[in-house]
Amino acid sequence: MGEVLVLVDEVDGTVKKSTTELLTAARRIGDPAAVWVGPGISDAAIATLGEFGATKVYVADSEDLAKHPVAPAAEVLAQLMGEAAPVAVLVPSTADGKETAARLAIKAGAGIITDAVDLAADGDRVVATQSVFGGSTIVHSAVTHGVPIITVRGNAIAPEAAPATAARQDVTVTLSDSARKATVTGHTAAVKGGRPDLAEAQVVVSGGRGVGSADGFSVIEALADTLGAAVGASRAATDAGWYPHQFQVGQTGKTVSPQLYIANGISGAIQHRAGMQTSKTIVVVNKDPEAPIFELADYGVVGDLFAVVPQLTEEIGKRSN
Amino acid sequence: MKIAVCVKQVPDTWAEKKLREADSRLDRESADGVMNELDEYAVEEALQLIEAQGGEVVIISMGPDRASETVRKALSMGADAGIHIVDDALGGSDAVATSAVIAAAIDGRDFDLVIFGSESTDARMSVVPAMVAERLGWAQLTFAQKVEVSGSDVTIERVTENGFATVTAATPAVVSVVEKINEPRYPSFKGIMAAKKKPVDTLSVADLGLDAAAVGAAAAWSAVNDFAARPPKAAGTIVTDEGDGGVKVAEYLTTQKFI
Ligand SMILES: Cc1cc2nc3c(=O)[nH]c(=O)nc-3n(C[C@H](O)[C@H](O)[C@H](O)COP(=O)(O)OP(=O)(O)OC[C@H]3O[C@@H](n4cnc5c(N)ncnc54)[C@H](O)[C@@H]3O)c2cc1C
Repeated sequence: MGEVLVLVDEVDGTVKKSTTELLTAARRIGDPAAVWVGPGISDAAIATLGEFGATKVYVADSEDLAKHPVAPAAEVLAQLMGEAAPVAVLVPSTADGKETAARLAIKAGAGIITDAVDLAADGDRVVATQSVFGGSTIVHSAVTHGVPIITVRGNAIAPEAAPATAARQDVTVTLSDSARKATVTGHTAAVKGGRPDLAEAQVVVSGGRGVGSADGFSVIEALADTLGAAVGASRAATDAGWYPHQFQVGQTGKTVSPQLYIANGISGAIQHRAGMQTSKTIVVVNKDPEAPIFELADYGVVGDLFAVVPQLTEEIGKRSN
Repeated sequence: MKIAVCVKQVPDTWAEKKLREADSRLDRESADGVMNELDEYAVEEALQLIEAQGGEVVIISMGPDRASETVRKALSMGADAGIHIVDDALGGSDAVATSAVIAAAIDGRDFDLVIFGSESTDARMSVVPAMVAERLGWAQLTFAQKVEVSGSDVTIERVTENGFATVTAATPAVVSVVEKINEPRYPSFKGIMAAKKKPVDTLSVADLGLDAAAVGAAAAWSAVNDFAARPPKAAGTIVTDEGDGGVKVAEYLTTQKFI
């Protein structure tokens, strides 16, 4: 089987769960080789990559690579595509990942597929499954020109360990002038509580216009915290300034696919559904029995969220003691 | 300063989207065409920059005849001129070909900035701005929640997974914007009237010096094998709160092993 390049996503040197998902997907179509771009690789990171099946870890760790957005990763991958002749390149479906894939497609003269939720080998072709139009349509597609470059959506593939010994292989890359044209001069972290990352969370508790105010979100947060969940919001709630924009779920916000999604005071507009429709289990609390969100509900309560949600929070507290 | 803004006509997001059986392409005829919502923010940002610093805003759109409505809408918001790329050969183009067409339309026209919305609501790929930057060899300043121009320096706040990065470059640069950057204006009656007299160049693929065989469905580098509607979800259990709604949800979550 051929090599499948997997671009590693990491925070502060720790491999993200999405990368273990990509390595799992890569094993369905070939032998995964992880690609680390930027400083800060550790033995522990290499061990994690090996645990999920990477037999090789290409490391391009010059400081310079982190000073410029997107373009350096595309240049590292383009160089490796030349040297390693992979059968596919997998990149996470984040903003950085999609743009890296975009630049790579132009450099390598290869087709690109974004937001795959599964991969399979069909002879020597790679077939990607995509879930489009808010999850209403399932599409199978393939790259027909060049080595397939595919971005894979987070939380779509369950990571499975398959221990291998990952051998580190250092790569030296000389960045082109055009890759250096934009320079990162600083990072500002959003204030973040102790909650899990919205896109990766197993449980998401969301609030909409029905929450009524910024203060009202304390009810949503309390439920989220008893479940170890991330908090999400509809655009009505983020536009009103009740909850920060980075927590918006939907067409113009984050796409989430958790095991459990609890929608409170959200009507279920098509643009909101686009971001949560593929959640495994959906629970709805809404006082309007006609709200379209009930069409998606596995379990729904017609009622006032300010009565139902606090009671639920309390009950979970009792049951988990 | 001379700014290009790329806009796309997309099916109204309120309409149900479907693929056509015959060629697995998005059925665009059955829904109203509107300007991609994020592109309105791109137009607004360009107008604000010009209002502060002087200059010209040129709208670029690739799409069938009726996409001219979208170009006019941007002109009625206040842009100065339009370039509409229309060619039967373009139908079914993938992102790679689209980026080639747009890059060709930008190249050689002395733009300092080109501004895009960060994604279209139909294809949702978010790749064309980066592809255009790669093709032109310009700085890529994308996913901006804030854009500042001072002389030939452009600084943006790039939205990241947990906050933002400050990124800076010299013009010419490719910018894409996210929706929290501004509040797009509505065209005024005066703006709508004025837009009728503004110049729009209609260009073909050949006018841009590109080969018609390199664009369109036949030249796409990826293809849909098959598609199907997602199987409908089994109807769930809906109860009315009679003072015990929270407890009932907790019972349900317990049977599903979430608690
Ligand atoms: C191009 C475009 C992109 C968009 N992108 C997004 C997006 O990414 N994400 C998104 O969410 N939206 C998006 N929208 C907006 C979307 O169309 C809806 O306007 C929005 O989702 C509505 O949010 P909501 O459900 O919270 O509010 P509403 O539709 O106003 O619904 C509020 C619901 O709360 C219920 N309610 C009120 N009070 C209570 C109470 N006390 N207890 C229980 N229930 C109560 C009501 O019955 C109602 O069903 C987009 C729109 C466009 C045009």
